Amino acid sequence: METLFQQYAPVALEKVTVWFKACHERDIPENGGACVKYKDKQIAVYHFKRKQKWYACQNLCPHKMEMVLSRGMIGDADGIAKVACPMHKKTFSLETGENLNGNLPSIATFPVKVENGFVYLGFSE
Amino acid sequence: MKTVIVIGNGMVGYKFCEKFRAHPANSSYKLLVFGEEPRPAYDRVHLSEFFGNQDAKALELAPASWYKENNIELITNQRVTDIKSDSKEIHTISGGSYSYDHLVLATGSVPFVPPIKGVEKEGVFVYRTIEDLEGMLAYAAQIKAIKPDGKAAILGGGLLGLEAGKAVLDMGLEPHVVEFAPKLMPRQLDTRSSNVLRLKLESMGIQVHLGKATNQILGDKVIEGMDFGEDDQLDVDMLIISAGIRPRDELGKTCGLEMGTRGGIVVDNKMETSVKDIYAIGEVALYNHMIYGLVAPGYEMADVAVNQILGNSETIMPDEIDMSTKLKLMGVDVASFGTPYMPADKGLSIIFENKTKYLYKRINVSHDGKTLLGGILVGDASDYNILHQMYLNGMALPDNAEELIVGARGEGGSAFGSAMDLPDTAQICSCESVSKGNICSSLLNGESDSLKDIISCTKATTGCGGCKPMVVELVNETLKSMGKEVKDIICEHFEYTRQELYGIVKVKKITTYDEALDKCGKGDGCEVCKPALASIFATIYNDTANKEDVIQDSNDRFLANIQRNGSYSVVPRIPGGEITPEKLIVIGEVAKEYNLYTKITGGQRIDLFGAELNDLPAIWKKLIDAGFESGHAYGKSLRTVKSCVGSTWCRYGMDESVSFAIELEDRYKGLRSPHKLKGGVSGCIRECAEARGKDFGVIAVEGGWNLYVCGNGGATPKHALLLAEQIDNETVIKYLDRFLMYYIRTAAPLMRTAAWLEKLEGGIEQLKKIVVDDSLNIAEELEVEMQSLVDKYECEWKQAVENEEIKKRFSHFVNTDERDDNIVFVPMREQKMPEPWTN
Repeated sequence: METLFQQYAPVALEKVTVWFKACHERDIPENGGACVKYKDKQIAVYHFKRKQKWYACQNLCPHKMEMVLSRGMIGDADGIAKVACPMHKKTFSLETGENLNGNLPSIATFPVKVENGFVYLGFSE
Repeated sequence: MKTVIVIGNGMVGYKFCEKFRAHPANSSYKLLVFGEEPRPAYDRVHLSEFFGNQDAKALELAPASWYKENNIELITNQRVTDIKSDSKEIHTISGGSYSYDHLVLATGSVPFVPPIKGVEKEGVFVYRTIEDLEGMLAYAAQIKAIKPDGKAAILGGGLLGLEAGKAVLDMGLEPHVVEFAPKLMPRQLDTRSSNVLRLKLESMGIQVHLGKATNQILGDKVIEGMDFGEDDQLDVDMLIISAGIRPRDELGKTCGLEMGTRGGIVVDNKMETSVKDIYAIGEVALYNHMIYGLVAPGYEMADVAVNQILGNSETIMPDEIDMSTKLKLMGVDVASFGTPYMPADKGLSIIFENKTKYLYKRINVSHDGKTLLGGILVGDASDYNILHQMYLNGMALPDNAEELIVGARGEGGSAFGSAMDLPDTAQICSCESVSKGNICSSLLNGESDSLKDIISCTKATTGCGGCKPMVVELVNETLKSMGKEVKDIICEHFEYTRQELYGIVKVKKITTYDEALDKCGKGDGCEVCKPALASIFATIYNDTANKEDVIQDSNDRFLANIQRNGSYSVVPRIPGGEITPEKLIVIGEVAKEYNLYTKITGGQRIDLFGAELNDLPAIWKKLIDAGFESGHAYGKSLRTVKSCVGSTWCRYGMDESVSFAIELEDRYKGLRSPHKLKGGVSGCIRECAEARGKDFGVIAVEGGWNLYVCGNGGATPKHALLLAEQIDNETVIKYLDRFLMYYIRTAAPLMRTAAWLEKLEGGIEQLKKIVVDDSLNIAEELEVEMQSLVDKYECEWKQAVENEEIKKRFSHFVNTDERDDNIVFVPMREQKMPEPWTN
């Protein structure tokens, strides 16, 4: 289980070597999220329609190691964009990956860009 | 750089580190901590919660990373074997040696195991560490596998023993508490309160054996029973020893520290031992000839030691230590404070006892009636905090001191005011030494302006948590006195109560979440306000969860219940539990085709587990084709209306409970509410449908139906209360429409009907006036609203299956048709289950 978690390391924007064309913009629900498969990884992608922002993070919740974060509700806490895991409502910052209501390890976040109606995710391998 | 070594990483050892690092004068010190257990310090006070969730992390006081961040070296799994006080170094079992400038012994205690013949037998446990609990759980599971009616005894009827009794109950074994003294909790309770507590425990299935001295443990290698002599025996399969503690003082002997005659390392009021620069704190320390087995004195000792080491010699341990305790044992309040019982020449007692309600209250007052000396509360300790404060602060008693425990006559309320009446010096949180003055001044000077702030800056309530109600009251009252409004707002995004928001949505005709944010909210919302608004929209417009799926809780969004491995369970509606053979066959066929685990639920339905997200629409399609619709098992909505067989088949039945249950379930199906709703209809007073354990219950009697409301099962079960008697079917529906709609309009999010009624001023009598007598003149409006919801019902599954756009929601990935390869099932009793969680 631990090894599954270790597969996901955050990617900083300046380290991006591959922009993966993940899906069409409309495949991700507005103000919601969905899951994209990249190689053997599961990446949750969210569209904050109100502030025109996109976020991506690992789909794996580090609490019980289930692939469910893409199904969580999104929102903000004190202005920080976050997602709540549908299992036990553990919430994570989508900006830093930090667990906002506990002391779980941080989740990995990934750069996202949208061009010509397509969503691209940034990876470094 | 100087080195402070702390031996022991229990609650007190941890508190020492925390206070040390928080102290302004600590910068030239290095902290090195040794722990014998494999994990960092955890909350032993709440150890029994581990049986419920088996989540060791949840008990953690701070994660391993906290020690690193605070520059504390924590070495776990390591025992310190001796101390060389002349060369100021310690040695560990693995051969390491470390030098110190100051040494703090926080080695705590071990459970006392009385010298009874046979205690070494298999199946005998002590109750102290997470590892002990894991051992018990594994052993209990073995017993249950071969002996479903297995029994376990707990030796010791003190605080910890009764906690262990609860643990045994949770493990599914029959608990027997065996106590040597003639009463329970002998240090805290008098004989009468012990009797009341005993009756209560017995009503919950815990057997109590008092005045029993155990001669030996029976059995060959494995425990089979306990022998009390004179042919008095008790057959048990497991024994948990909880007969007190003994200090872990063996290290003190190795370096010649002064010891107590019955153990414990002698310390003075600076926590210093007989050897310079060596301190002892917590349950290993013998102070005033006493070992204090509570966490609050231990924390205070940690604070004293920190201050002494860092040069503040004025901080010393007080001569008298308050041993008051309050706890909830299996939901039963038990508290004692000051001198709980005493000879008559010391003072006078006022006692209130009601065995039918398992209530006992006693306060001891001085002969002149002016001072509170102590007391005992069993069954209802809601007044503990204020009584305890009156005792600690020596506050003057009112003229009618009995009103402190029986309430002001005629009203039933408390005789005293609020926590605000206490002096500023009153210690509110004794674990963290937070006074009333600390809390109030922090609010008044603008340092903090909410409960959350107070908790994070003072740490109040984070120890045993017993002071929480008082802290909440102080925060709210102080804020009010500053002219700030205090209310139960939904979250940071909407500064309204749910009831207010309901009104705003209705008046402003808001129909989407975004519109609500624009018109009366702020930010991007969250997992609290989104489902609350979704529920409000559903009850005003009867929108199904498909309309705005991203504001629904996960279960509503996917119209199925998310289960342990991220798969879903599917529950079709089976109104009243009545089903044809043909429909049963379809359910069986669907389950077989998709390899689903099937189980008959407590609510007369069939639950199909282990469906993958991708398969949900296909499964629903088959069920819909056979005439089923969604059972809304996932929603905060009407679940089932349970029924008994009723007069069609039952020889006692007075009315047709099945027909009526189906009618009610069909009427309220899909109705969204602040919490889940359940109903029941029983055909006679034998109550086979358990209707009084539901949010609404109908029972057939001579001359019609009796209607009960606001009951529930779950963690705090409540019997429903009588709303109307001997009414006909139409009247039941009329009253139910009014009652449900009124609840939906006015309750807070996730507030069940029972809790809602508790908050309703005037209680059931007031509810009768509103629902039956229409005192608010809104009955017609409520009925009309309900009727329009009933008329607009649509099955959400059907919408999802028929709409290609909605169907897209049910694929795990948006960029491929592949499935989630993380889902794993393992076999279980000819079906399947998710792989167990490992963390």
